[in-house]
Amino acid sequence: MTPVVFLPALPELFLALASLGLLLIGVLAAPERTAKGIPLLGALALAVTLALVIQAPAGRAEAFYGMFVTDGFAVFAEALVLLAAIATLLAGLRFNAWQGIDRFELPVLVLLSVTGMLAMITANDLISFYIGLELQSLPLYVLAAFKRDSARSTEAGLKYFVLSALSSGLLLFGASLLYGFSAGTSYEAIGHALVQPDAMTAIGAVIGLVFLLAGVAFKLSAAPFHMWTPDVYEGSPTSVTAFFAVGPKVAALAVFARLAFGPFSGLAAAWHDVAWLLCVASLVVGGFAAINQTNLKRMMAYSSISHVGFALMGLAAGTEEGLRGMLVYLGVYTFMNLGTFVVLLGLGRDGAIAESLSDLAGLSKTRPGAALALTIFFLSLAGLPPTAGVFAKMFVLLPALHAGMPGLAILGIVMSAVACFYYLRVVKVMYFDEPGLPLDADVASGTQQAIFALAACVVLFLCVIPGPFLSIAGAAAHTLFP
Amino acid sequence: MIIASLLFYLFAAVCIGSAVVVVTARNPIHSVLFLILAFFNAAGLFVLLGAEFLAMILVIVYVGAVAVLFLFVVMMLDVEALAIPDTLKRNAAVGAGIGFVLVAELVLVASGWVSGGGTGASVLAIPGDVTNTQALGALIYTHYIYPFQGCGLVLLVAMIGAIVLTLRRRPDTKRQDVSTQVAKPRGVRLVKVPTGSGV
Repeated sequence: MTPVVFLPALPELFLALASLGLLLIGVLAAPERTAKGIPLLGALALAVTLALVIQAPAGRAEAFYGMFVTDGFAVFAEALVLLAAIATLLAGLRFNAWQGIDRFELPVLVLLSVTGMLAMITANDLISFYIGLELQSLPLYVLAAFKRDSARSTEAGLKYFVLSALSSGLLLFGASLLYGFSAGTSYEAIGHALVQPDAMTAIGAVIGLVFLLAGVAFKLSAAPFHMWTPDVYEGSPTSVTAFFAVGPKVAALAVFARLAFGPFSGLAAAWHDVAWLLCVASLVVGGFAAINQTNLKRMMAYSSISHVGFALMGLAAGTEEGLRGMLVYLGVYTFMNLGTFVVLLGLGRDGAIAESLSDLAGLSKTRPGAALALTIFFLSLAGLPPTAGVFAKMFVLLPALHAGMPGLAILGIVMSAVACFYYLRVVKVMYFDEPGLPLDADVASGTQQAIFALAACVVLFLCVIPGPFLSIAGAAAHTLFP
Repeated sequence: MIIASLLFYLFAAVCIGSAVVVVTARNPIHSVLFLILAFFNAAGLFVLLGAEFLAMILVIVYVGAVAVLFLFVVMMLDVEALAIPDTLKRNAAVGAGIGFVLVAELVLVASGWVSGGGTGASVLAIPGDVTNTQALGALIYTHYIYPFQGCGLVLLVAMIGAIVLTLRRRPDTKRQDVSTQVAKPRGVRLVKVPTGSGV
């Protein structure tokens, strides 16, 4: 037997070992030292992993007998996930202490979940994909319920767990059908069997594909598999919601793209339809359902559903240009969405999280910096100039037009006009309403403010110098098109 | 061959029948007992396939540990035979519709199944001179080492999660601390107790 190749998987192995090490330190060290030390060490481990990911030799490399693959596409998605995880760990420090959830298990679970996301992104086999998916999801259930004395938090955890278990079942059912009709679990074997499928194989494989993608769409919270999203976003502690909003979506979309352009390239018509349907449903549901929300976290949940719809629009186009658009969109989404949640991490009133729309009234007078940053993020989320949001939307709308889907592009434009209403309403409340009760002063911290200021700068200035970012995303998308 | 086929149909029929009863039984204890029956029959199917290691693992782990644990939990919870709640009745039509679609899809898939031509000849997955356990070990620790270790991490997360969500440090509970007991200023006094009179 040939010896095992593991070097390309070095970042994943390092992160897994680092989380085990942090777990040991957390168990053995004194509790008052782990509360702050473990999150910082965790962020350091994630930063080292990020460096390992970026420094890896360019080009495609397989490891573990073809179970694992890394390429430019994987590096791009992994870098986004790691950046988001580092930012949430650092920005959530003060918030977690304030909410009494600053236990050392939280960063350890975040690290393990990120390990799962990296494993998903780099999976080259249905088995390693599924293990990565479960390693990603299981810590998320626990994190959602982490504030275990709060009924809403435990409800969020339980709801996510039950629905997610069902979706995992659907996904496995689809995977077993694919295995049955292609006699292989590796992406290459499936792709090979489905290049020119006969009629009978095609029916079975398409049903398998639909079930598999339904499971992925659940993790992506794309409509019509979005039911859990608002409750889980609202019930989870905000520091966890911030992590929820970015990492799992990037990982799930990366898996979707890798499956679509790899093993399922022989069934292009089938997955195009699935992506199209998810895209339309997510745009409509996310756009209209957010209008009536007065809770900011719920509103952001619906907003994230609609943004997933936009990212899927790039994928639905099915071209290299579309995939680049999806990656650009994901990059911009990471910064603007994370930035919004990091601002919310610093707002509290009377020991409770300030999360309703009225809590933001007059924020421009009490916290001008936070109000300005939120305005930038909301303008970007709405897709208004001069922010990165408008630029990201352009990069998914144009491929849809070029691929002959003008209807989809028009729907996207209409829905972003609808979305403008609820984003700008928040801006109006912040700038033109009178301030209510004062906000707690001790929730905001320097790190948290620095992180949202940095994110706001990226969102604001990405339009000015888009070149490097675009070429990185373009090169990453190109690796899936040999 | 005929005996093997007969055994297959026997095991498969009992397995499916008891799986149906697991879902439909009103009494949860009956559900768990039928689940155990389903496990045993699945183990029988594994033996027919020549996978005796998997069969034994299924019996030892699932029947011996998991199902017994289920039984404990169900008995401790003292669950009454459940009446079907109203909401379930209201959604029954939707559920039946989705079920129908799923069955129709399964039929479609099954129609694509091409019979291998052989009748009842079970395919041996491994060469005859290697035992099942050896073959599994050689595969798991080489080709499948990556997912295998991943499974280990998933189980670790389950352990951490159970501890995080349930363990509470209660300051008022009295714990025995052996080292402080022994290091008491008076120390430990050995007493020789005469038989029949006590201390």
